[in-house]
Amino acid sequence: MQCDQCKEREAVVHLTQIVEEQVTTQHLCERCAAERGVESATLLPKTPLGSFLAAMGKSAGPRGTGTRTACPGCGATLQDFREAGRLGCGECYATFGAELRDLLRRLHGSTTHVGERYLAPGGAGVEALPGDLAVTEDPAVALRDLLRAAVAAEDFELAAELRDRLRSLEGVE
Amino acid sequence: MIDLSLVPDGGVGWLDASGPASHMVLSTRVRLARNLAGRTFTSRNSDKERELVLRDLESAAADTPTLRQAVRFRLDRLEHADRQLLHERHLVSRELAGLEVEARVRTGASLLLQGHLGVMVNEEDHLRLQGFCSGFNLAAVYDEVKRLDTELGQRLPFAFHPEFGYLTSCPTNVGTGLRASVLIHLPGLVLTKEISKVLQGLAQVGLTYRGLYGEGSEVVGNFFQLSNQTTLGKSEHELLDHLAKMVRQVMAYEEQARDVLLRNAPTVTEDKVWRAFGLLRYARTMSFEEAMNLLSGVRLGVGMNIIPGVGMYPLNKLLINTQPAHLAQLEGLTPADPDLPARRAAHVRRVLEEEVGRRR
Repeated sequence: MQCDQCKEREAVVHLTQIVEEQVTTQHLCERCAAERGVESATLLPKTPLGSFLAAMGKSAGPRGTGTRTACPGCGATLQDFREAGRLGCGECYATFGAELRDLLRRLHGSTTHVGERYLAPGGAGVEALPGDLAVTEDPAVALRDLLRAAVAAEDFELAAELRDRLRSLEGVE
Repeated sequence: MIDLSLVPDGGVGWLDASGPASHMVLSTRVRLARNLAGRTFTSRNSDKERELVLRDLESAAADTPTLRQAVRFRLDRLEHADRQLLHERHLVSRELAGLEVEARVRTGASLLLQGHLGVMVNEEDHLRLQGFCSGFNLAAVYDEVKRLDTELGQRLPFAFHPEFGYLTSCPTNVGTGLRASVLIHLPGLVLTKEISKVLQGLAQVGLTYRGLYGEGSEVVGNFFQLSNQTTLGKSEHELLDHLAKMVRQVMAYEEQARDVLLRNAPTVTEDKVWRAFGLLRYARTMSFEEAMNLLSGVRLGVGMNIIPGVGMYPLNKLLINTQPAHLAQLEGLTPADPDLPARRAAHVRRVLEEEVGRRR
């Protein structure tokens, strides 16, 4: 699609506005969009995922897995994730856990699933992945386990969040 | 051409305007993202692995009460027009249908459909379980999709992690894997220019909006798809309750906006609505975008009791049937035929003529 303004370059920004009671959509190329003060996803990541992915791998901290570490499940590296925005397999979550927790906190405001717990076929519980913690039916027990692990890993931000969750959970009981 | 009559209601039962609040809410949808444990995700797997995912899902589905009679569409073996048709019916995503620019359909990309429930296979995640219904009814749709999830989860090992929950290809879906959405028509808020404030407010409470066709689509005809933005750290029921509460709030704002229009600008509002109706009744050529915008005006007029004798169901059907692939199929043309805008105008005239005649 051609840019509505310069009629030269490919339109990459689709700007929907409400002007004079009408919803209008303009298709702009990156340069024309920037001239009009519209941020394009490629110029400036506007989602937490975009900005995080851009920063990810550049500054792998001391606890980080680094860009070269490959997931044993699928061979994907952090660099692959940064480029594709997609993880390669379930094991990536354990492999890149430290980096992902930061990302998940920004995306969801949390790092811990509190919804339905899954029982695999045969009711044998969840198959343990490397780095997994024991599956338990009691959320308070699970949270305490996670809290202990977070403190051991010196992830104090996560620990504080887990402590708050635990408190509110126990407050309810 | 594919034969959608194989599907009991053509897969568009959610259009029939029978559900709660269907004067404002077109449909409710819920999807759960699931991946098979031990298998590479779609972004990194091979054609052969995708075939295995499809095989596993099909054998599990044949064993479930919910999908035993499902109709299967292999998108990778369908023509472009057929894939577009399924997408226009909101049964498959643009990505799965391979309709993105320069995209091709992935090997194994499939849809299983039975009644109001379906599974997209080999989408961004191995499985996208989905359910839809007419009007605003999140709890009922979730219960059905959850039942399907339980049935399939007992037969297939899903990728699940005790800390992160259901594992998904994109971290934006991890945890519950749940995306619930409500397709709502908000012309009052657009006309009173309150809509941006409302949408900003939704963003602040963790909700997001999209256009008529979901992710990446533009807003047309004042239809907004409101959905939860986050999937982790809250339970399924918390996410659904929160969305339901906010949708009710938005509905109240829309009612208020319509009251303001009637009170402060009755003539302008009536004129707008009747002009839209007049153009739809008599125009000789029409683009899909124009049809959508005019139908939005008529829908508002019907909802505000300005236009009598027109039902929501025929309007909903027009929304679907004036789209390129649908209209082309109805008229025996290709979606790119230059005669389509004229045929579209004729189709709309015919439907409204019948509707008005029937009620007279």
